[in-house]
Order: sequence, then structure tokens, then C-alpha cells
Amino acid sequence: MTAIYKRELRSYLTSMIGYIFIFFILLLTGIYFSAYQLGAAYPKFEYTLSALTFVFLISVPILTMRILAEERKQKTDQLLLTSPVSVEKIVMGKYLALVTIFAIPMAIICFYPLLMTKFGTVSLGMAYTAILGFFLLGCANLAIGVFISSLTESQVIAAVLTFILLFAFYMMNGISSFFSEGALSTCITFGLLILAAAIIIYTMIKNLLISAVVCVAGEAVLAVLYIVNSEFFAGGIQKVLQVFNISGHFDNFANGIFDIKGVVYFLSVVAVCVFLTIQSIVKRRWN
Amino acid sequence: MIEVNNLVKRYGDHTAVDHLSFKIEKGKIYGFLGPNGAGKSTTMNIITGYIASTEGTVSIDGHDILEEPEKAKKCIGYLPEQPPLYFDMTVLEYMRFAADLKKIPKDKKNEMIEEVMDTVKITDMKNRLIKNLSKGYRQRVGLAQAILGYPEVIILDEPTVGLDPKQIIEIRDLIKNLKQKHTVILSSHILSEVSAVCDYVLIISHGKLVASDTPENLSKLAAGSNNLSLVVKGDKEKIRILLGEISGVRDISIEGSGEEGEWNVKLTTEEHTDIREDVFFKMAENRYPILEMQSKKVSLEEIFLELTEDGAGQKKEKDAEQESDDKEGGES
Repeated sequence: MTAIYKRELRSYLTSMIGYIFIFFILLLTGIYFSAYQLGAAYPKFEYTLSALTFVFLISVPILTMRILAEERKQKTDQLLLTSPVSVEKIVMGKYLALVTIFAIPMAIICFYPLLMTKFGTVSLGMAYTAILGFFLLGCANLAIGVFISSLTESQVIAAVLTFILLFAFYMMNGISSFFSEGALSTCITFGLLILAAAIIIYTMIKNLLISAVVCVAGEAVLAVLYIVNSEFFAGGIQKVLQVFNISGHFDNFANGIFDIKGVVYFLSVVAVCVFLTIQSIVKRRWN
Repeated sequence: MIEVNNLVKRYGDHTAVDHLSFKIEKGKIYGFLGPNGAGKSTTMNIITGYIASTEGTVSIDGHDILEEPEKAKKCIGYLPEQPPLYFDMTVLEYMRFAADLKKIPKDKKNEMIEEVMDTVKITDMKNRLIKNLSKGYRQRVGLAQAILGYPEVIILDEPTVGLDPKQIIEIRDLIKNLKQKHTVILSSHILSEVSAVCDYVLIISHGKLVASDTPENLSKLAAGSNNLSLVVKGDKEKIRILLGEISGVRDISIEGSGEEGEWNVKLTTEEHTDIREDVFFKMAENRYPILEMQSKKVSLEEIFLELTEDGAGQKKEKDAEQESDDKEGGES
């Protein structure tokens, strides 16, 4: 694992890409910092960070697009996968290298609140809570990027897909407001989703019986639930979509609150994405 | 050393490897021979654990590649068809990375890297970026990576493709020297290469093992069945009848040679029989002069072609069977 970690780190720091990532984050932080803190003399650094959550939309795809896609394209994954290192360690080594690169601008950002204390009273606790939250948010976004990169061998596709996905997650509040909160419409939406899932299952395993059973059973459960307690469905779509609202989970941190739920959420996103990445690599060997 | 049992790999409807079984013993050089697309690379990728088989098992030194992958992979050095090189690293950096991946102890690492780079003659290139190396040198760096750590088995997928003749000879000599300490498996679609380097040849066609023996035995096998070609002057039908009387003749084909009354005769004889004298006296008795007589021994090349084409024939039959099976299955 350390071998892969060191190689990735060196590769990012000997090519442009690592520096572009660091430069981009520091540049935007600098612009917002000078506007809010230096210009408007606003004492809350959290506010700057909460305005900055969009930097990940552009910087994360740049950093993560090549991490696994390039290995596959250059066939260097043959070296990794035939060496006595497990897939888990390969993915973890790569992911930790990305986190380390991201930690560099974050370490520099840690000096900003200290700088502000020279000129007035600043709640350092709140500022550093927000920085921690921002760091975790970045880690979660990086994990998503790693997963997308494992799906394709084209860096461009990986970058575009990661951007689209992160953008959709970023706009999740807006997207969820498109859907009605009514119980019946929610129930119908879920019903359609189950139908779609059954069709996908059918195309994958080509077994009419199993997919029909899944479909009928799913719809029946939905119908029973709706008849027993229709209020159960009210606002259901919004609740489900909220799970994907990654930057929304940063809100509490941005208000200076150390949100345990948020920490658990970000770490779960990382764990799920790393797990999915490992599975996608292992699965490809069986195709 | 390596046991491959009933290996099958299917990609959708296409069967790339079809019930392949063989054993690899220690201290020999094995050659995988087969036309392009025969399933050589797929088999190697399965043995090294890069891809998984649909059915069957591979065990290396008693370790199953799927159940104990790390132990099994530790015994193997692999040079895939396209050397797995990172273009943004120098040769030395790459070798150090490969050494770390293979978990070579720190105290031996540098010494071993020097030694291996010396063996494949890339020491002069050690501070060059891999992306600036020529194809031949890249191949050598890949080879160095496979040898590094001195694994018991070294698997090389078409190690001499794209090299110039001088480099090919150098790499072949290198592979021969590896035999002293390692078991080597190499694949090739070039026959002369396999017969020059290998102690044992496995001929693969359409994912099936069609022959496996030493190159010498394969040649002997081929020498058994002889072809005799003659140019005889005389009556075509009479010649056919007379030659048919000779025992040991399996097949006769007679064509006009272009000259009036002269016939090109091709005889296929049974194995290990020499009918040249019989033919001569038979023709002499009937006063049909033999103008030319040539005995042709089948070369390894021809066996290779014959075996791989047979494989294709069987495959087609099998496909047809499968199709009809499928149809029946679909109807029921």
C-alpha cells in the first residue's frame, strides 16, 4: 500500500495536475478571503468556506480523472493486479494519496483564521470546525471521483461524469423541489422506480420469473404501505434525495457547529465509494 | 509447480479458453504456441490472477490463485504483452516501485535492482524517463520488472515482439539463462522462437491444447508421415493402379505436369515406411521412367499449421452443434 501511495503522490507532484489542483483551491480561497475578511472585515471564516463548496465541482474531477482510468488505459493495472498486493490496498493507497494532496492547501488555509486574530476577535473553535467540515466534504467528493474513474478507461469521460454527478449532488436542493411532496405522487414515483429496477434486473440476468417476482412483490409492499399509512410517503422523494445532498451536510459545520452526524455521513460516503471502487475493479476481472 | 485444471474463460458467447489443463514443472522453459487469438494471453492473464476464469482452477506452488492470491502471486513475475510501464517515472524509480510492490526487503532491494538491471542491460538508462526509451528498452524494463525478486515462475507474453533481430537474440539468450534459477513460460506465435528457446511446447488453438511435447518429439511425430513427390512418364491410369499396389501407400494424386505424357504424382505414405525403392522397381518393371523423386519431411511449421487448422475444424463443428443445441433448448 505504501508503495502505491508514494508513487501516486510523486506522480501528482511531478506533473502539473497536483499543482493545478492546489493552486485552484488556494486561488479561490484567497479571492473569497480577501473579499469577505480583508475587504468587508467579516470575522467569520466559516462564511468564506461555505461560499467555497463549489470549488470541488471543478477541482475534484481534475484531480481524480486519471487515478484509475489511466492505469487501465496504459495497462499498468496488470502490474498492480498481478503483484502480491490486494485490490483493497491498491485503492486505499491511491485514495490516501489524493487526500494527502488535498491536505496541502487545507494546511495552508489553517493559517487564515490565525492571521485574522491579529486584527480582532475571531472564534477559532468555529473557524477550525468549519475547516474540518470542509476537509471532510472534500474527502467525500474525492472518493466519488475515484469511483467514477474506476468505471471507465477514458480520463475525459471520467472527468465529465464526475463533474455531472458532483454538480447534480450540489444542486440537490433544487432538484428535489421539482418533485411533488404529496403522498400519492411519491408512491407512484417509487412504483415506477421499482418497475425500472425490475427491467434492469431482467436485462442483467435474463430471467423473467425472478424480475417479475421482484416487481410484483415490490409494488405489493408499496400498495399495502400506502393503504395502511399514506402519510408515510409524504415528502419521501425529498428525504431520499437529501441523502445525496453532500454539500448540504456541510451546512452545520459552516455555522460553526461540530456535527457528529455530518462527520459520520462524510465518512460513510468515503467508505461506500471506496467499497464500490474495489467491487468495480474486482468485477471487471470476472467479465 | 503450476497446475492448470480444466480452465474455461467465456466472454459472452465467445469461448476464449476451452477446458485447458496442463502441468508446469520446475526448471524448464515452456512455450505457448498458437496463432493470434488462440487464447495464449488470456490463459496467461488467468494464471497470473489478472482476470478470473469462468471455470477451472489454477494453483501455483500449491496456492490457488483465487483463494490465496497474495501467496500465489508472490511466486510469479509477469511481463504482459504490453509492458506495464509508468511513463512519468525514470527506470530506477520504476524498479524501486516494482520492488516495493513485490515486498522485497529493504536491505536487499538496491542490490537486487542493480543486479537485475545489469542482467537485462539497462543500467545505462537508469536515470532516463521511461517515456523517452525506445521500444526495445521498454521491453527490457518490463522484463527486468518480471525478473525482479527472482520469483520461481517467470511468465512472458510475446517477449520479443517489436524488437530488432539483434535484440531478439539477446532477449532469447537472457531467457535461456533464466532457466538455471527459474521456470519460464513464454508465449509466441513465432514457431522458430519457441523451438529455439523452449524445452517443452504447448500448442494452443481456439482455446484448446492441441499438442504438448518437446520440440524434438513434435518433429519426430511429423517425420513419421512422409510425402513423396514424383514426376513419371507414362500412362496416367496405369501409373495410378501400379502405385496403388505398393503396400504403405495411403493416398495418390496425379496431375498433369504440363509436358506431354509426364505426370506429377504425390504419394502420402504410412508412418515410418520407406517406399522409395518399391516405387522405383515397380515403375522400372513397367518401363515408366521416373524423372524426379523427392521425399518431403514435414517441418514443425507444418505440424503447427495442421494442428491449429484441425482445431479450427473441430471448433466449427462444435459451434454448429452448439447452435443446434441452443435452438432445441430455446424451443423446449
